[in-house]
Amino acid sequence: MTEQPFRVLPAVTTDNEHFWRGGEHGELRFLRCADCGTWIHPPQPRCPECLSTDVAPQASSGRGRILTYTVNHQPWYPGLDPPYVVAIVELDDQPGLRLTTNIVGVDPDQVDFDQRVHVTFEEYPDRDGSVWLPFFEPDPDVAGTAS
Amino acid sequence: MRRREVGERRAVISGVGQSQVGRRIYRDPLGLTLDACLAAVEHAGLQLSDIDGLATYPGNMNVPPGFSGVGIAEVHDALRLELDWFAGGLELPGQLGSVANAVAAVATGLCDHALCFRTVWEASAQGDAGRASVTMGGGGGGGYRASSFMQWTLPFGAPSAANWIGMMANLHFHRFGTTREQLAWIALNSRRNAEINPTAIYRTPMSLQDYLDVRMISDPLCLYDCDVPADGSTAVVVSRADAAADLRRPPVRIEAVGTALRGRPSWDQFDDLTTMALRDAAAMMWERTDLRPEQVHVAELYDGFSFITLAWLEALGFCAQGEGGPFVEGGERIAREAAGVPGSVALNTHGGQLSAGRLHGYGFLHEACLQLWGEAGERQVRVDGGAPSVGIAAAGGGPLAAAFLLRTD
Repeated sequence: MTEQPFRVLPAVTTDNEHFWRGGEHGELRFLRCADCGTWIHPPQPRCPECLSTDVAPQASSGRGRILTYTVNHQPWYPGLDPPYVVAIVELDDQPGLRLTTNIVGVDPDQVDFDQRVHVTFEEYPDRDGSVWLPFFEPDPDVAGTAS
Repeated sequence: MRRREVGERRAVISGVGQSQVGRRIYRDPLGLTLDACLAAVEHAGLQLSDIDGLATYPGNMNVPPGFSGVGIAEVHDALRLELDWFAGGLELPGQLGSVANAVAAVATGLCDHALCFRTVWEASAQGDAGRASVTMGGGGGGGYRASSFMQWTLPFGAPSAANWIGMMANLHFHRFGTTREQLAWIALNSRRNAEINPTAIYRTPMSLQDYLDVRMISDPLCLYDCDVPADGSTAVVVSRADAAADLRRPPVRIEAVGTALRGRPSWDQFDDLTTMALRDAAAMMWERTDLRPEQVHVAELYDGFSFITLAWLEALGFCAQGEGGPFVEGGERIAREAAGVPGSVALNTHGGQLSAGRLHGYGFLHEACLQLWGEAGERQVRVDGGAPSVGIAAAGGGPLAAAFLLRTD
């Protein structure tokens, strides 16, 4: 097994554990309001729409589209070699439910706006247990079709 | 319209000062700060004993290296000031949010003369070790774990605003057809202004081909779209308008301030990523004045990355949203000579942070005041044979933004 690229890892807490460890179960989890159904990201103790405190982690579809992206060429960290694609993905589950991520499994030249993508996890062992970084890759039926 | 009492008109800018500015000058940041502060007080025609307020951004921080290092307490003590009011901190509408704090303090009578400063020594902090040595989470021996906003971006190899702004610029390119050949003119305009600014860091001419040939950082932003880390300190004195009568020069009046953030306070969650908080700060500023963009002669607009300046031009209404590319293309509408010409504005007349050095926001306010006072030397903008009378200084990008509309007429 080849060594993993260097990644700065998150400080996992009870508030964000569902996000960073949901990948163990293959799930991209966000908080969701039980009262009004709003998906919430980043995590917070009340629903921002209805102010309910009845919020709990739930698996999202893990599917969405690329809202915008950049091909990073700068070597910010030894052990994480450019070029790689940094993107903001908007999930199908709710307009505005988005996150910053990497687009993987595709040549950077083949990434495009509005491209359909799905989550794929990579486990990174850490001192207090693993985290699963949520990356995204183009859906098979559209991979490579971007101009 | 949210028109309220425009209390900022009770405050003026009475003086500005700047330390030595350069790359890797390896000087104590407090020494740089005191140079700038003393110069600003002298410039205003005040004594240190007149200074009863002190403000700064971001306060004393050790990380990232060179980002600050000088806080309120250091300056307070070094100059033995007797303060009625002071405030330093990071959670503000951008770097000039600290000046907005001072304006509010002066306008409400908490103090009469507030000294505001911003110090950076990012060039010396990098030394010869390069950018990677100061990257968040890098070189920390593996012990660092990201929290707060940084947890959502650092694990994805995106530690820099170059990445976050790169995504915004790319979306602007995609949505509006903006091109690198257009964006280049932010950098080219700054360089031609820096050529005649004796304190600018990069003063050799730059061609469009130079720009297109240089290495990419985070597509579509190339090296020349990124500001240059510098060492230096800038200070401004904010005074109560009715306490400024016997100062050294007619004050620069504060017509309106914009500090709004009406969307989500986040680099990646804000609703319109092509405008970010610039939209809100600019809108608020115009809500507080009868002046219009057509009346502005000089615009000193933040350029941590060139795209931010383009977005400020749109947000402030010098052109419509999405038309920033055509507006700057060719450079004629933003040249020094364009001041006072309908549909034009002299932009970043000192060379911006791209060429004059990353003094982090305060350099734009410093330059706007010098231009309005007619003290900008060889690069002085002329309108009808005299100094310009209306200018904007705006700083910040992403979810951080504040804009100042200034006038001397």
